[in-house]
This record gives sequence, structure tokens and C-alpha cells, in this order.
Amino acid sequence: MKTDAQPLDTRSFDLAALAFAMALVLQAPHLPWWLGAPLLLAIGLRWWLRRYQRTRVPAWLKLPLLALLVLAVIARYGNVFGLVPGTALAAGLLVLKLLETETPRDARVGMGFACFTLMAALLFDQSLVATLAVALGLLPPLAALRSLEPGRRAPAALWREWLPGMRLLAVALPLAVLAFLLVPRLSSPLWGAPNVDQQRSGLADSMTPAGFTQLLVDDSPALRVSFDGPPPPPGLRYFRAYVMSHYDGASWTYRDVANQPPAPIEAAGGIRYRISLEPTRQRVLPTLDMPLAAPPGASLRRDRVVIADKPVDKPRDYTVSSATAYRLEPQLGRHHARWLQLPAGFNPRTLALGQSWRRQYGNDDAAIVRAALALFHDGGFRYTLAPAPLGRNAMDDFLFDTREGFCEHYASAFTVLMRAAGIPARVVTGYQGGYWNAIGHYLLVRNSDAHAWSEVWLAGKGWVRVDPTAAVRPQRISLGAAAAAPGGQLPWYQVGWLQSLRNHWDIVNRWWNQGVNGFNALRQRGLLRPFGIDRTDTSTLALLLAASCTLAMLIGLAWVWRRREPEDAVRAALRQLERKLARLGVVRQTGEGPRDYLQRAAAALPAQRERLLELMHRYLELRYGRAEPTPESLRRLQRAIRDFPVRRVVK
Amino acid sequence: MHAALRRLAQRAVARAERRLPALTRLRQPEPLPIELNRRRIYILPTAFGFGFGALLLVMLVGALNYANNAALLLTCLLGAAAAASMLLAFRTLDGLRLSDIRADHVVAGEALRLTLDFSASRLREAVRLDCMGETRAFAVDGTTELHLQLPTTRRGWQALPRIRVWSTWPLGMFRAWSWLHPQQSVLVWPRPEQAGPPPVLPADGQERLRPQPGEELAALRDYRRGDAPRHIAWKASARHHDLLVKDFDRPEPRETWSLDWHALRSLDREARIARLARWLGEAEAQGRRYSLQLPGERIEVGSGPVHYARCMGALAVLP
Repeated sequence: MKTDAQPLDTRSFDLAALAFAMALVLQAPHLPWWLGAPLLLAIGLRWWLRRYQRTRVPAWLKLPLLALLVLAVIARYGNVFGLVPGTALAAGLLVLKLLETETPRDARVGMGFACFTLMAALLFDQSLVATLAVALGLLPPLAALRSLEPGRRAPAALWREWLPGMRLLAVALPLAVLAFLLVPRLSSPLWGAPNVDQQRSGLADSMTPAGFTQLLVDDSPALRVSFDGPPPPPGLRYFRAYVMSHYDGASWTYRDVANQPPAPIEAAGGIRYRISLEPTRQRVLPTLDMPLAAPPGASLRRDRVVIADKPVDKPRDYTVSSATAYRLEPQLGRHHARWLQLPAGFNPRTLALGQSWRRQYGNDDAAIVRAALALFHDGGFRYTLAPAPLGRNAMDDFLFDTREGFCEHYASAFTVLMRAAGIPARVVTGYQGGYWNAIGHYLLVRNSDAHAWSEVWLAGKGWVRVDPTAAVRPQRISLGAAAAAPGGQLPWYQVGWLQSLRNHWDIVNRWWNQGVNGFNALRQRGLLRPFGIDRTDTSTLALLLAASCTLAMLIGLAWVWRRREPEDAVRAALRQLERKLARLGVVRQTGEGPRDYLQRAAAALPAQRERLLELMHRYLELRYGRAEPTPESLRRLQRAIRDFPVRRVVK
Repeated sequence: MHAALRRLAQRAVARAERRLPALTRLRQPEPLPIELNRRRIYILPTAFGFGFGALLLVMLVGALNYANNAALLLTCLLGAAAAASMLLAFRTLDGLRLSDIRADHVVAGEALRLTLDFSASRLREAVRLDCMGETRAFAVDGTTELHLQLPTTRRGWQALPRIRVWSTWPLGMFRAWSWLHPQQSVLVWPRPEQAGPPPVLPADGQERLRPQPGEELAALRDYRRGDAPRHIAWKASARHHDLLVKDFDRPEPRETWSLDWHALRSLDREARIARLARWLGEAEAQGRRYSLQLPGERIEVGSGPVHYARCMGALAVLP
């Protein structure tokens, strides 16, 4: 084709550059800044050079740039394969393509590539907003592809270029949804699962005081919980993740021990609920308070921690029953020493305080617990998200010196004090609180709701949850993390009305996550359940897909093949009169000419005789009098017919 | 071997055209107006369309592999948009109408200027037309005239070539095309020779040159408003009811040319035609009256563009 060799016109190049820039901007959050920023700059520079300087990029520059790109990606990631390095490489190649884009052929290839990069951006973030942004990102490539066709009517305003693309996507949407529902899902991936790097921290299986600070300002949803019955009151919304037993003076760690039966529990009744967990890249599944059994694909550890068989890389739904009133492990047995472990040579003053309580209260463990809580409540402690740093003897510094901190500090100090006093104790991390979305009837728990508390073993009661943070700042438990934080310590997006707006908006995200992102192979198999087919297997799906695609194409063809005959205005006017006369009882016979018909009507309706005869003359004049009816005589006929009365004649 | 194969192919095509008129009748010339409809519009993906399809396949496999429903939805959306663009490509041509073809007069060897009248009920963008290796892009909104240059080589009736109307609108992924083969021919006039002798005038032509009696009166005409008073022939006017004016603009009276095919016995056929064509051209340029005698046809004395076209046409269609 000759036209493919001609250079691109300005509008086409603008649109192509815009498409590239859009693809890159949507990809940028997943690129390292040292790659994303220069690439965007390169697009801008290239556009400016071609638009205003009319210069091309010299050909010799391309190979060194390509080598530089590949080397940079390899230096950063070690190879060019895999999702993350591949995406970085694709973004770089995209920009290189723009550098050499001069002809429609280049631009077409580039637009295809831009679509691919847009889709790759969704592999990192498949939220509703990201998907909508990427769908909007399709408009520049579509507009650019249109602009490449010679002989089109280019609109003067740039924004008008988006409209046809929007219409095309809107028309395509029904077929797209149908295909989305019916494309058979893979039961297992063809190649390695995505190794998306762990940018989002989430809960870790170890806890250092002040380790939560990143998490507490991370406002993204962590889990959404819908309860079968009414939700538990805010004070009972403790979601356990890790139970940490080992303390080395600096951090608490969770030790995963498989193949041990869960600790016995005596519980009356339970709450059944369903949790949608956002990807955490970890295996722990948080559960409300004390889980009674593990969901499928997971197992219950000794301390009733639910560990999944595989890391949670995708949103995961599970249904569990939990008890909020229970007696866990009434007999501690041989594990007693494990819950009293303390590192030697750390926190001497804290240990001394604990031991002094033991001496003071004798065997009354509950009194010791109360003493510790009273210390936190009355000892001048302050709840803050930005505590002063602690030294080697962290608990000593915290308890006797700085006296400020948040849940981690309190849970850690309390547990050390209990162990010093000889009471079996442990740290539990998880989430507490959450926002009850009354519209969606679910509890939204954000990462910023992460919390740490303690469990102590009391004879006869088993493990009892003690939340020392509540002693310092009860609002943290009753109102949630955002309410508890002292003023000015929260990022702007967690403040006031904005936060409440975000809480309400979350229902859309939940719907998107459950309805679209959660539509997996399992749910696809149940697709036809309403039609009485319990298991829709792959061949049925493929058949349905083919059938519905054919059907959609037939509908499209029917639309395309439909020809609108330009209707004859005179005939249409007469037909209107016929309808009116038919309501008055004079129906036109088949084969009856207009003159006979109207004369018969005039005879049948003597009241309208004059009018009908005049209409007949006008019609005949218009129809047969001249080749081309004049507009005003046509209008007169139409008006006369419109004004023709249809009052029923009283006989 | 090769020739045998081609003969076989030609026979197969001829047989197909005879047996399957619905499929192949478009190869036959047909009368105007030609309206494109679904029976004669073909669609295939372009190279870019195939490439994009492969890309969609890669995206589909990627989305399925990573079990990423958002990416899958996007891939489905793009695929559906591509499918819809196929229908749009069809719609660009469907109902397009070639209502008329007009051709200018041209002598053999010069490019013939064809005017094609396309009409459509709604706007068609990015319609393209291939004719004799030339591609034109245009939009049809209501009625659109398209000018084409058609090279000519020899005189006589020249059939119009097959024209391909096609479009890859809107995304360049599908090409819809249709063949137009108008059953219309254009007449190409013979090419006049570059130089040669003037026609040998018959004797009665020479006589005409001499002034006839009363010729001077022929140089008078009726008075028209605006004529200068000094040009008024007062003496002559005295004998008439109206004023007469001396007409100075009247061209020199020229002799009538009787151009005769049979007078050029020494030349071969095409040279005779070329010479007659040159004489016709000169006679027309000089404003002479002329007649043309051809074997089997005689065109009586006359002048003017219509007469000239008739004479040239008669020359063009000589066997």
C-alpha cells in the first residue's frame, strides 16, 4: 500500500504520542522511578522535536538506547523474563517504538503494542479504578488507528476524536461481557504464577515495636467480612492472624509448627462469616477471634492460627465459624515453659517490676494483670503513632522512660511483664475494628486497622485476651484506628469526611472484587446453575461461547444489513389519514385507490365531507400533479391531516 | 507446462462464472448505476488485523494464566471492538452507489479524465478506490465527484477497467472490498499527426474565395446599443428602416474544407486517420466550415464543437 510509506500527519502523530504516553502513565506506578520518569520525558521530548523542530531521531541512536534499556533491566532484576522485568522492558520498548514512528505502519504496530502494555498494567492492579483508567487508556490508540485511515473527516477539536472510540467500546461491551463470562478459565496456570514484588507490607510473621508504622498509614482494604447473623459489637471485632511466642529482645516472631492438633477449645455456639481477603503474599488467613475449624485449602495450627496451603496471591474468599466466648486450652500441660520464654540480658527493670508484682500479689494472676493495666492507664502513658525511638532494652526504655507508643509497644511490654511475673503470655497480631458498611452489610477492615494485643493463660479460664492498648486509649477499640490517632498524625486522606466517603465508596470496590475479580473457574462452573446445569464443563462453555459469539455477530449483521428506505412523505401522510379514518370505521380495502377510498369516506362521513374531498384533491395534486412536490404544499397536506378530527360520530 | 496450467485455470474460472453467476457475476460488466450490497462486498483481515489477532491471543493467554479477570475483560473488550470494526468496514461500503461516470474527450495517448459520481445516504469515510494501479482515498457525503486519470493508447471505444472500491475503516484491521465493472465505454479520438501538408482544396472551394457581389452588404449589421456613431453606415441605413453599422470584426471569409478519405490514397490507414484528424483540428481552430467523407459515411458541412466531436468520433470508430 502506497499510503503506508507516507509520513504521519500531525494529528495522527499527536494521537499516537498521546496513546504511548497514556500507556506509560498507567504503567508508571509499577515501574521504578528511574525508568518511568526518563521514559515519560523521552516521549515529551520526541513529540516536541517532531512537532516544532521537525527533526527525526537519528537511526544510530536506537541500538545504543535499546542496549541501555536491556542492561538497565538486567542490572535491576537479573533477567528480562517474568512479569516485572518484562513489564519494565515492554515500557522501554514502547518508548523506543515512538522514537522511530514515522509512518502509518509504525504507528499501527505501536498502537497494538500500547494496547498490550495497557493490559499488562492490569496484571499489577486489578481494582475497579485501575480497570476503568485502562479502559479510558484504550481511547487514544483507537483514535490514533482511526486517524491513520486516509480520506476520513478529521474533527477540528481533539476531544471529538475520543467519541467514536467510546461508541465503539460501548457497542463492544455486551459481547465483551459475554465472552468474559464464557471464556473457559484455566484450572492451573500454564507457567509460573506472578512474582509481584512485595510492595505492600501487610501483616508480617514477626513484630518489632514501631514495625507497624508503615501499615498504620496504609489505607488500602485488607479484608471484608460479611456475617451470617448480626455483626459482633465493635469491642469484639478482633481478627487474629499470628500468635507470637518467641521474643529475642528486639522482635516477636511466629513459629509455624505443622502436624500438631489444634489446642482444645470449649465453646458454646459460634459466629459464621465470610471473609474476602486481599492478596497478602502470605499464608496466614485472619479469622474473627477463635476459629473453630479451618476453611478448605487451609489448616488450623496448634494455637488456632489458620495457615493456607499456598500464599494468598489473589483475592481469596473463605467462610469460617468462630467463637467469641470460649475456654481455650484449659490445661496448659507440657508447653508451659514455652509461654514464659524471655531472652537473657534484656530489660532488667521490666523483669524486676514483673517479679515484684508476683511477690506482691502471690498466686493471684488476675490481680497481676490488673496491676499491669492500671500501670498503663495511670502511669502517664500516651498513645501516639510517632513514638520516640527505643534503645537496646526497648521495654525498659518504653515503660520507664519514653512512655509513648501504640499497640505494638503496649502488647509487647505487657507480655514481657506477664512472663516476668510467671504468667504464660503471648503476643497476637491481626486486625481490630473496621468500618461497618450498612449499605453493603459488610465490615471493611483496612490495613490501617492492624493491631497487636496479648493473650494470657489464667488457670481455669485458659487463654484470655488482654488488650493493653485499650487501657491507654479505649477509643482505639471502640471507635477504630482513625479515631484513636491523635490529631495531625494521620495522613490527609484518613481525615474526617474524606475517610467516610472512602468508606462508602468501598462498596463499589467490594462489588468489583467479588463480582469480577472473584469470578474464577469455580464460579464459572456454577454459571448455569440457574438453568439447572450444576457443573458447566469446559466443552459446554466453549460451545456456549461459540454460540453466543455467533448470535452477537448475527445481531450485528442484522443491524448492518438493515436499510432504511427513505419514506415517501406524501404516502406517509396518507397513511396517517388512513389510520384516522379506520378509527372512524372506514377501512381502506386492499386494491382500493386513494380517490375511491377518500370518496367512499366522504360519503360515509357526511360531517367531514368537504374536508375529505379537499384532502383528496390535495393528495392527488401532490401525488400525480407534479414530479417533485413543493415543500409548502406538502406541509399543508400534513397539517390538514394532522388536524383532521377523530371524534367519534354520534349515530 | 506453465501455459497449460494457466489455460486450465482460465477454463475453471470461465466455468465458474457460467455456473455460479451469484458468486462471480461481478466480473461481468454491468450497467450503471451500481449499488454495493452485501452480496458483493467481501471482507478479510488485513496484515495488521492478523497481527492484532495474534496479540489478542497472547493477551488472552496471559490474562488466563495469571487468572486476572480485569485483564481478561479488557482483552475481551478489545476483541469485541475489533469484531465490531469489521461490521463498520462493511457498513462503509454497503449502500454506496456509483451513479454515473463521465469522461472528457481525449485523443489517444493522453490521459483520460474520468469523473465518477458516488452517492450514499449517510456519510462514508475513508473509502478508497484502486484503478489502474492508482489509489485514491475519499469520503462520500451525499454526492461526491471523484476524478480519475485513465491512460489511453489507441483510438476507438475503450472499456473502463475494473475498479476496486475498498476500505479499512475504522481501525485498519479488516479490509472490505468490492469490484465495480461498469458496462460503459469511452470513445478515444485518434491522435492527429504532428505536421503535414494542408488539404488539397477542390476547385469550387477556390471559387468561394473570390468576393461575391453584395459582399460588402454582408459586412453590415443591425445597430446595437453601444456602437460608435462613426461606424454607422449612413448611406446604407437610408435605404433601410433601421440603422446599419459597418462590422469591422467580421472574420475573413474562409473557404470550406471538404475532407475526403478517398483523396489520401498514398497513406496507410492510421496515417490517413491521423492526417484527417489534424485537418479537422485545424479547420475547427480556424473557424472554417468543413465536411468529412469517410468510407461508408458522409458528414455534411458544418462547424462548431458538436460537429467536430461528430467527425472525430466517426474517425475514432473506423475499423
